[in-house]
Amino acid sequence: MQVEKTQEFRPKIVAFCCNWCSYAGADLAGSSRLAYPADVKIIRVPCSCRVNPMFILRAFQRGADGVILCGCHPGDCHYTTGNYYARRRMTLLFSMLDYLGVENGRTRVEWVSAAEGVKFSTTMNEFVAKIHSLGENVRLGDLRCKKD
Amino acid sequence: MQRIGVFVCHCGTNIAATVDVARVVEAAAKEPGVVHAEDYQYMCSEAGQLKIREAIKEKNLTGIVVCSCSPRMHENTFRQAAERAGINPYMVEIANIREHCSWIHKDIEEATEKAVILARAAIAKVTLNAPLQSGTSRVVKRALVIGGGIAGIQTALDIADAGYEVDIVEKTPSIGGRMSQLDKTFPTLDCSACILTPKMVEAAAHEKITIYTYSEVEKVSGFVGDFQVDIRKKARSVDMSKCTGCGVCQEKCPSKKTPNEFNRGLNTRSAIYTPFAQAIPNVPVIDRENCIKFKTGKCGVCSKVCQAGAIDYEQKDEIVTQNYGAIVVATGFDTIKLDKFDEYSYSTSPDVITSLELERIMNAAGPTKGHLERMSDHKPPKSMVFIQCVGSRCADKRGKSYCSKICCMYTAKHAMLIRDKYPGVEVTVFYIDVRTPGKNFDEFYRRAVEEYGVNYIKGQVGKVAEKGDKLLVQGVDLIDNKRILMETDMVVLATAIEPNPDVRKIATMLTASIDTNNFLTESHAKLRPVESPTAGIFLSGVCQGPKDIPETVAQAGAAAVKVVGLLAKDHLVTNPCVAKSDELLCNGCSSCEKVCPYGAISYEEREVNDHGIRETRRVANVNSALCQGCGACTVACPSGAMDLQGFSNRQILAEVDAICK
Ligand SMILES: Cc1cc2nc3c(=O)[nH]c(=O)nc-3n(C[C@H](O)[C@H](O)[C@H](O)COP(=O)(O)OP(=O)(O)OC[C@H]3O[C@@H](n4cnc5c(N)ncnc54)[C@H](O)[C@@H]3O)c2cc1C
Ligand code: SF4
Ligand code: SF4
Repeated sequence: MQVEKTQEFRPKIVAFCCNWCSYAGADLAGSSRLAYPADVKIIRVPCSCRVNPMFILRAFQRGADGVILCGCHPGDCHYTTGNYYARRRMTLLFSMLDYLGVENGRTRVEWVSAAEGVKFSTTMNEFVAKIHSLGENVRLGDLRCKKD
Repeated sequence: MQRIGVFVCHCGTNIAATVDVARVVEAAAKEPGVVHAEDYQYMCSEAGQLKIREAIKEKNLTGIVVCSCSPRMHENTFRQAAERAGINPYMVEIANIREHCSWIHKDIEEATEKAVILARAAIAKVTLNAPLQSGTSRVVKRALVIGGGIAGIQTALDIADAGYEVDIVEKTPSIGGRMSQLDKTFPTLDCSACILTPKMVEAAAHEKITIYTYSEVEKVSGFVGDFQVDIRKKARSVDMSKCTGCGVCQEKCPSKKTPNEFNRGLNTRSAIYTPFAQAIPNVPVIDRENCIKFKTGKCGVCSKVCQAGAIDYEQKDEIVTQNYGAIVVATGFDTIKLDKFDEYSYSTSPDVITSLELERIMNAAGPTKGHLERMSDHKPPKSMVFIQCVGSRCADKRGKSYCSKICCMYTAKHAMLIRDKYPGVEVTVFYIDVRTPGKNFDEFYRRAVEEYGVNYIKGQVGKVAEKGDKLLVQGVDLIDNKRILMETDMVVLATAIEPNPDVRKIATMLTASIDTNNFLTESHAKLRPVESPTAGIFLSGVCQGPKDIPETVAQAGAAAVKVVGLLAKDHLVTNPCVAKSDELLCNGCSSCEKVCPYGAISYEEREVNDHGIRETRRVANVNSALCQGCGACTVACPSGAMDLQGFSNRQILAEVDAICK
């Protein structure tokens, strides 16, 4: 089946999800058939605190148009405090990224529990809509590796 | 170079209807390192697993990717299949193309494209996987139960009967919990003490059970299978081995003005006391804050009258350190404080009481010897008003949003008992809804209305005011749609219950989670209701959520079975996805240690060989039995020395690259 390639903007979006809450929330969105755009690709991490700012920088460097980090709600972290670390780290990173030209709307932290399939889906729909409104992430174009 | 096999599952039509499976196979086969790719109807089936095993053997695969449902479903299945075929189970990655793809997308083109990208990311990751060895850790065949109410007692008995040692740590001077304060119990109206005391005695006499009363858990370290716990045995000031329980000291003690906690402050007690007559152990404690000897140095009456010479003013707190394989939390509940509910005049009128106070008043061993009387003038009441849902199902912040669950039933019980014993007393109950689901529960409530003539009014009470020696109750009747003003002699408030406030401290020590109402959270609301999300921690009784006695006992037994299941194992397999520090990169800065929630990181002076230069350096060392694999330390490490096995920096970056290509 050959479908004509559309010229429409298809954003690249990376979603880091913690194994215990948000990844399970995404699974629940799936089993409840709560649609969100296919542009979102999930990477499973044990905890939101596993996400190194380096991963996010790399995503933008390689052409991501948006990166979202999802973890357990404050107080509910499987490892007790991981999401607090993540929250603090991301606050710093996102403000630095904004300064570099990656607008705040392209980065987001959201708490999604294993029970919140609906929230997962709504969050992703919102986030993708936001990225559409911001358009392609061209500000870091000159930083990007164009090796392949 | 890795030799990777990719297996794409149709999941019947669950995946295949939306994802063009053949195209995923074709695309995967082109990825570097992939030497085998195939698809099958049901990869998780025995036949599917056989295909995986055969391919591993025939093609000498070193790693596999299964494109299928969520790893939370079948990661283990495929790891086991890999292991059976002779490769390390951690050489397996799953691309979730069902929950995260076929089930949420409709467009075949889009879904297929995404499935290909997810497969690529998993292939990129597995290329960097390294074989991991899970270790084993020992299981200490002894359990700790925190809280000696009916929940804790029942759990301990069930564990002990299965042949394992159990220790109960109870904060107050006696086990028994709230149930020992109750008079009669719904739905059968048998006396609480008559059914509780034999259980208390059985626990005390059980050869496998050790009870620490007047004790608290002070420190917990370790992990499932081997927790190390410090228990503080508070100084009783009475030698347990000498005391005969005669009670002379309590009689002669001149300091008798302390509010009696057991009777909810309705009367007073001596400074040396046992909370109630059937206390276990039947050994008093000296409440040092109210003891004249401790306050002024004078007195010493109890020491003089004690024939057994058991009084010991010099006794000190003692710390007992013990290892446990499992810990059960059974810390129960208390009723909420009513300081935010001034409208009921609870703090100003002694004749407005809580239901738990009424239990004490009705109890033959209570402050009024079981006679129903007003606390203000000790006269028997002619009429009583019960108000339900005080602080429960409360829309505003003053109370609790949840239903306390037991109040409808115990109010019906109180009303019935009073009408039975004092037929002349008029009883009115104001309720929002009567909730009596439970075996023989609704029948019980209807008996109160139909046989005992209790007057139930649907509506809330807005105010209770003192009027002379009477109480004026202002409420509404929602059924007849009218305002009600009635005079009465006593008002009883069915006060909301909340977890014992101590539970926050306990939960923090155990790294067990609690919800916004401080109830301990279960691992799964439906399927794992007695396990906390923290391995090795179990939940019993009201500390997990409101419950009556039958439910508490059932849950206590369930928790015991889970504990026994754990203690029956000789060792546990540990998660090998733990942190590991590269000694050549580590600069011993301590950043990682500070963020580790499990205290898994320590430092050691180690001789390292840095490109031929041998020197002794201070480097981080992760205790793989303590590490739970959160990865907090990996991000904190400024030199990039700390990495997480199974989720390494390079693996995650490879996934990012594959997705952003
Ligand atoms: C007014 C009233 C009437 C009731 N009537 C009935 C009835 O008729 N029928 C019925 O089925 N149910 C009734 N109930 C409910 C019943 O009381 C509970 O279901 C039962 O007591 C729950 O037992 P538990 O062991 O979970 O908690 P608890 O009885 O509260 O026991 C918890 C124990 O843990 C101890 N503890 C707390 N914190 C710590 C700590 N940090 N360290 C060590 N120990 C600690 C406490 O001191 C206590 O001994 C009634 C409740 C109330 C309030
Ligand atoms: S008088 Fe002595 S033996 Fe009797 S109860 Fe008191 S401490 Fe125990
Ligand atoms: S991964 Fe988490 S638990 Fe393990 S050592 Fe690092 S911070 Fe501690």
